[in-house]
Amino acid sequence: MEIVLALGIGIFTASGVWLILRPRTFQVILGLSLLSYAVNLFIYAMGRLRIDAPPVVGSEAGADLTQHADPLPQALVLTAIVISFAMTALLLVVLMAARGLTGTDHVDGDEGE
Amino acid sequence: MTAGWIHHLIIAPVLLPLGASAVMLLLDERRRRAKNVISLATMGSLLALAIALLVQTVTLGFSGGSATRVYLVGNWPAPFGIVLVADWLSSMMLVLTALVGIAGFIFSLARWERAGPRFQALFLLQIMGLNGAFLTGDLFNLFVFFEILLAASYGLLLHGSGARRVKAGLHYVAINVGTSLLFLIGVALIYGVAGTLNMADLATVIPATTGLDLALLQSGFAVLGVAFLVKAGMWPLGFWLPGTYATAVPPAAAVFALLSKVGVYALLRVYLLLFGADVGWTETFGEEWLLFGGIATVSFGTVGVLAARTLSRVAGYCVVISSGTLLATIGAGEGNALAGALFYLVSSTLGLSAFYMLLGLVEHRDADATMGLVAEPVFDDEYTGAMVVDEDEEVGIVIPATIAILGGGFAFCALLLAGLPPLSGFVAKFAIIHSLINPGGSIDASSWVFVGLLIASGLAILIATTRAGIDLLWEPSDQPQPPLRVAEAGPVGLLLLVCLGLMVFAGPVMRYMEWTEQSLRDRQGYINAVLSAERATTVAAP
Repeated sequence: MEIVLALGIGIFTASGVWLILRPRTFQVILGLSLLSYAVNLFIYAMGRLRIDAPPVVGSEAGADLTQHADPLPQALVLTAIVISFAMTALLLVVLMAARGLTGTDHVDGDEGE
Repeated sequence: MTAGWIHHLIIAPVLLPLGASAVMLLLDERRRRAKNVISLATMGSLLALAIALLVQTVTLGFSGGSATRVYLVGNWPAPFGIVLVADWLSSMMLVLTALVGIAGFIFSLARWERAGPRFQALFLLQIMGLNGAFLTGDLFNLFVFFEILLAASYGLLLHGSGARRVKAGLHYVAINVGTSLLFLIGVALIYGVAGTLNMADLATVIPATTGLDLALLQSGFAVLGVAFLVKAGMWPLGFWLPGTYATAVPPAAAVFALLSKVGVYALLRVYLLLFGADVGWTETFGEEWLLFGGIATVSFGTVGVLAARTLSRVAGYCVVISSGTLLATIGAGEGNALAGALFYLVSSTLGLSAFYMLLGLVEHRDADATMGLVAEPVFDDEYTGAMVVDEDEEVGIVIPATIAILGGGFAFCALLLAGLPPLSGFVAKFAIIHSLINPGGSIDASSWVFVGLLIASGLAILIATTRAGIDLLWEPSDQPQPPLRVAEAGPVGLLLLVCLGLMVFAGPVMRYMEWTEQSLRDRQGYINAVLSAERATTVAAP
């Protein structure tokens, strides 16, 4: 499972970095989204990978902490997801405004001829 | 119970603007007067609150006790819950935020709040994010407050719309979203190794880290440092700064001048707390990067300020120079240079805010052209006709001798930014240079380079502002100068008056800065204060 997760994060990051270096606004936004997926998975992985372990003390596993997954990274990821989702939405609005005002979807507002 | 409500004073600078901005959203866009009155009252009480916290800090500090007060949010014990910490540095930054905030808001009342919808709500959220970032004692909470202030700053940057702002906004948002992701990677790495994100708790865990964990931890802090440095605008990470700030409306730009200092603040807080002198690697971690990065930033800013063709770009490069000076001084870490740096932080932020507002007045003709651009309404309740106001109300009280006042204010700002005597900019630079060339041992070559650059950058700012000032203010113009209003001149005057106060009372202010430096270097005091913070016991109803 570790290798799958690591590869996933790696591929997301690589594609994201490539996309944010592209000249079209839509590509940049997709790149940032992919990067945020990578970062969210990364935060999650930093809480160590556990399968079938509840994050909250008080469930059937009892009070033995070794039987639980770390709940904090999950909470952090939740916050990070909400924030990056909101930022992506905002960026989309700015993208639409830029497209309307400059008439092009180039990130600099002109084709650079 | 003396601690009763006074104890909750610490969280008020976050809750108050949050509540007020929520009220702003409920009010219809046409009820401008109500919105402005509520916002102004909020900003006023924030200033009073910040001053109360400052007074509390000073009285606690001078009575011999620890001035570090800890507020446990939700009454969770320290390393587990989020803590807010008010100490010397935080109290000072809160007052600075409140001052810049209230000045910027009064300034916006003259015309700029009408340039687009929901200005008040965004402005209050911006202040809330700043206050939160200055108060929090938790790394992830710092991230959240960073996001709040950034989200609000996106809105403020786009306020007034127009092709130029949207173009700059697109870059600004994309860069900052990317930076926030770096912030998260850094935080995740640190959590993965240390298992905690409470700064005081981290400071106790770090010295014990060894081997592979240490490498991971150091990479985590390096990534986090990059995120902070992008916000602070260090060369080469700060290329976006001058152009972006130049397009924002003046009251927003005045607050943005403080925004770049948040990066410096975060660096100061995290860097000084976590990398104290007691353990081998932590002592010099990243010091050279800050020093040489700061020197490069000052050089870049100096060249930029000379090359800038418009005043708003001159101001942008002044922000860069100011950040660079702070970073290099922190990096040099000589003697009590830090106290001078803190003095410089306050003086240059106030000066830059006043400068941005003055630019709004001087570059009126240009600004009026962009005011005409109104975007299509996005939401149904949006009232884009808000710009049409009857003339009587808009003009308000007009001040005579416009050019003389503008010119005087401009010259004051220029001297302040260039660091010429006798203003507070000079006192600050003098304090920095004095401690750099009196280190107690031999003087490093880099210190000499930095001192030279510090003086050269002042000269460059003076040349650039003089040139642009003559061009804009004293060049005969066939267009009549628009009248100057009290709401516009007042806040600029207020900020410059505070700078004047900094100069007249330089002695006491400098003593405050020295106390701040001492408290920043007293890591154990901070750690003890946070980790031994007592939970409030539930008081039975009388």
